[in-house]
Amino acid sequence: MYDFAFQTPASVSDAVKMLADDTEAKLLAGGQTFIPVLKQRLNKPSVIVDLNGLGLSGITSAPDKITIGGMTTHNAIMSNPDIQKRIPGLAKMASWIGDTQVRHRGTMGGSLANNDPSACYPTAVLAIGATIVTDQRRIPADEYFQGMFTTALAPEEIVTAIEFPIPEKSNYEKFRNPASRYAMVGVFVAKGPAGIRVAITGAAQDGVFRHTAMEQALATNWSADAIKGIVTPADGLNSDIHASAEYRAHLIGVMTRRAVAGA
Amino acid sequence: MPQVSLTVNGTPHTVEVEGRTLLVELLREKLSLTGTHVGCDTSQCGACVVHIDGYSVKSCTMLAMQAEGAMVTTIEGLAAADGTLHPMQEMFREHHALQCGFCTPGMVMSAIDLVNMHPQGMTEDEIRHGLEGNLCRCTGYHNIVKAIDAAQKLMHPMAQAAE
Ligand SMILES: Cc1cc2nc3c(=O)[nH]c(=O)nc-3n(C[C@H](O)[C@H](O)[C@H](O)COP(=O)(O)OP(=O)(O)OC[C@H]3O[C@@H](n4cnc5c(N)ncnc54)[C@H](O)[C@@H]3O)c2cc1C
Ligand code: FES
Ligand code: FES
Repeated sequence: MYDFAFQTPASVSDAVKMLADDTEAKLLAGGQTFIPVLKQRLNKPSVIVDLNGLGLSGITSAPDKITIGGMTTHNAIMSNPDIQKRIPGLAKMASWIGDTQVRHRGTMGGSLANNDPSACYPTAVLAIGATIVTDQRRIPADEYFQGMFTTALAPEEIVTAIEFPIPEKSNYEKFRNPASRYAMVGVFVAKGPAGIRVAITGAAQDGVFRHTAMEQALATNWSADAIKGIVTPADGLNSDIHASAEYRAHLIGVMTRRAVAGA
Repeated sequence: MPQVSLTVNGTPHTVEVEGRTLLVELLREKLSLTGTHVGCDTSQCGACVVHIDGYSVKSCTMLAMQAEGAMVTTIEGLAAADGTLHPMQEMFREHHALQCGFCTPGMVMSAIDLVNMHPQGMTEDEIRHGLEGNLCRCTGYHNIVKAIDAAQKLMHPMAQAAE
């Protein structure tokens, strides 16, 4: 790892200023993605701005939504009774991320800022139609994800919270890569204020996407049977040593049926 | 050089580190606490697990500077001053839950957090899944699971009595 200066800002605006003052400065949240990246020398920041200690973690439940602070850990999300009850698919998802030690440090804001093409949370955000709240503005899910490791965030913008409307039904199914525990295919289904949505991760080169053919079929008939015959084209899907594009295309059908059946 | 102040196994320390120093490097190289191991250095194996304010974390995936003000417990901090082993250590010994011993410090630290997080008790299946962040290349896990099951009965006697 290259060396860097480690800084602890006193407030979010302080952190924004540190980023604005130095284009090589980078934010650190739970570090469960970024520290491995630094070890591989894939990034060479001059300054690390630590977001811990700014009061950005916490979960609040209102009648029409649940707000999750950007620095809230996966462990806090999976064990929150309001999320377990009102958005069960999201609690289940958090409980399947990495392992206990990763979940004690990794955060929702960090995962969404990173937008790994195999990350889990992007599917929940897109399927439920959540809003990403930053220090500057509110970004609807539909505008937020812009391809592999790319989001609508500006370089010095900080995710402070994520607001989830309450879906009537939600569920997540994930076929894990047995080595990394990331999704080889992950499917989130939701029926809620944003309509009926199916969001897929792990499968496509560009990261999370909506499966509109499945959505249309489910809108007429919310059942695993309704999507049985739908074939997902393998074009644009990932092929690697773990699974071919055709295998992933098939898995999408299987995992979506399981997700709907369990919702 | 930057400094970090933290408490390790009950003893306060102020240590000079670099920004990039990992917590595991601070523990092993600056404080000579070599019970915490580095197996993979890629956040996968769990040999480096320690407790920060009571929670298990992978010390190879945390910067030393992030531990400012933290209470850190390592494998060296578990036994009592008179040498009496922690129930988890005792049960690992009793049930022969180690062979080469390389994964053991991390296993024990993860296992204690797992038991603490489940005061109502865990099934064998839950114990196996709870160890997903720790790899062992020798034992086949079977005796590790037995040891943790025995230790949870010692650590939460009330939960077992209520069953
Ligand atoms: C063994 C292992 C298994 C894992 N398995 C899974 C899995 O199954 N599914 C999954 O989804 N993830 C998985 N992860 C990744 C994990 O969820 C990470 O915690 C997450 O991707 C990044 O969150 P973090 O808080 O650790 O962010 P960091 O690593 O600290 O930061 C990630 C990036 O986001 C930026 N950033 C962080 N916070 C903010 C913010 N609030 N605003 C703006 N930018 C910010 C940082 O500058 C950095 O570029 C795994 C990780 C490991 C080590
Ligand atoms: S050395 Fe930290 S997880 Fe392997
Ligand atoms: S006892 Fe050898 S790796 Fe676990």
